[in-house]
Amino acid sequence: MRESIIMKIHYGTALGAVVLVAVHVLFRITMMSYGDSLQYENVIANYKFVPYAIMLELILVLLSVHGFNGLRVILIELKQGRSYEKAVTYGCLAAMAILIAYGSRTILMTSMGMT
Amino acid sequence: MKRNENREGIKGMANPGRYGIERVSYWLMRITGLGLLAYLIGHIYETSSILNGKSVWDSMLQLTQTTQGHIILTLVIGMCVFHTANGIRLMFAHGGFGVGKPTRPDYPYIPNSQNMKNKLCIYASIGVAALAMMYGLSVLFGE
Amino acid sequence: MAEEQSPTEASSKTVTLRIAKSNPEHDSASQFAEFKVPYERWTTVLDAILDVKKHMDHSVAVRYSCRQASCGSCGMKINGRPGLACFTKISELNSDVVTVEPMNNYPIVRDLVVDLEGMFSTHKKMKPFIINEESEVTANTKEFLQTPEQVEEYIQFSNCIKCGLCNSACPTMATDSSFLGPQALTQAYRYVADNRDKGKNERLKIIDESHGIWRCHFAGSCSQVCPKGVDPAMGIQMLRGYLLGFKK
Ligand code: SF4
Repeated sequence: MRESIIMKIHYGTALGAVVLVAVHVLFRITMMSYGDSLQYENVIANYKFVPYAIMLELILVLLSVHGFNGLRVILIELKQGRSYEKAVTYGCLAAMAILIAYGSRTILMTSMGMT
Repeated sequence: MKRNENREGIKGMANPGRYGIERVSYWLMRITGLGLLAYLIGHIYETSSILNGKSVWDSMLQLTQTTQGHIILTLVIGMCVFHTANGIRLMFAHGGFGVGKPTRPDYPYIPNSQNMKNKLCIYASIGVAALAMMYGLSVLFGE
Repeated sequence: MAEEQSPTEASSKTVTLRIAKSNPEHDSASQFAEFKVPYERWTTVLDAILDVKKHMDHSVAVRYSCRQASCGSCGMKINGRPGLACFTKISELNSDVVTVEPMNNYPIVRDLVVDLEGMFSTHKKMKPFIINEESEVTANTKEFLQTPEQVEEYIQFSNCIKCGLCNSACPTMATDSSFLGPQALTQAYRYVADNRDKGKNERLKIIDESHGIWRCHFAGSCSQVCPKGVDPAMGIQMLRGYLLGFKK
């Protein structure tokens, strides 16, 4: 993939995440007190509210892509070499996929009541 | 034989001194980015405890609702706000906005791209991050 | 012939000049040699080094030519920051000790002299010439006419003297040996912004790679050390505007 496409994704995911994370944080502090919003029942209710669950999934994907691409950028700037850069790229992609899969599992199972 | 390129190395890259606030913001952007990625991973791990029932969730909650937990979360708030605010400035700059207009250079050659607008935005990002941290502290410790 | 006045007699102020000496052909360790050098308000770092060469240690290796910030030969690290020795006055450093070292991010030839070949080759990679089929001079061609506004678009960036200071200050260059660097990227913009040039797409393709323009994070150190007001950081961001679709 051309670097410009990757970096456009980097900027796009950043913009998307800013909006959604703001909503995510507002959910914690506007609906009820911060402490109460973290109570088990309330969190479960959040997950079961489908639009919120979809938003969590989106945040997960956006931030994982943005974060691991950022890490890739830092790492390829630190050291160079064909095999090293390949390892960094695929390593970051794999880490990204694992994090998304792990987080999605939580979101999916909780929202479907499999807790 | 490979020649020594005399690169400044990580120490030089990560040294935020010598080149003014713009270099400090570069450094902060990196550090906060890495910190936020670490937090994202931790946060996903922490919230996944919900799958194991109320008691596990409650004990995880207890683990994070400590003074250290609150301080870490406050730092995360600060990192997040700075990374966002500075990131928005950088996105504009990377598109060529707010970096000044080309002019005929004249002594003492003050670069237009290192302008007051950008400097103020960096200071504002740090300021807003500090305010958000104070708000975070009041919410976290004010329960 | 008038007898030369001893510099020490002429001046009351002295500074300690620490010169990093190394010879990679023998061993890579660098050692500092210290000299007490007299100076006036107008004495440049290059004057002081040449004073040392003339009166104290003629083995000091330094490259210089014009002594007026036009040739770009005497770039070095002065008290930790890259600068032209001929363009930096001792008096403006506000320090009793002036340390001069070879610029970072270039291989050292000897003492203060570095090999700029890497920078010249990335510069050439940017195709630093007008690409236009009609630019061949034939019997029927005329010179291209430009309005003053069209000239303003790029003239600042054509002031580059290839001193290499920007590449030495750049935080990405500090660890990334494949990065094109601010000097080359700015020169790419110099030609892309020139309305006579038709090579924009070729150049954008060259810089749009994993160690190309995207490795610039707008830290601005390049612009802060540029002795000619080229402002590479501005040029690079303007150039990126094309790749992001904000400019046509
Ligand atoms: S852009 Fe400025 S600092 Fe960089 S090589 Fe050209 S003149 Fe020197």
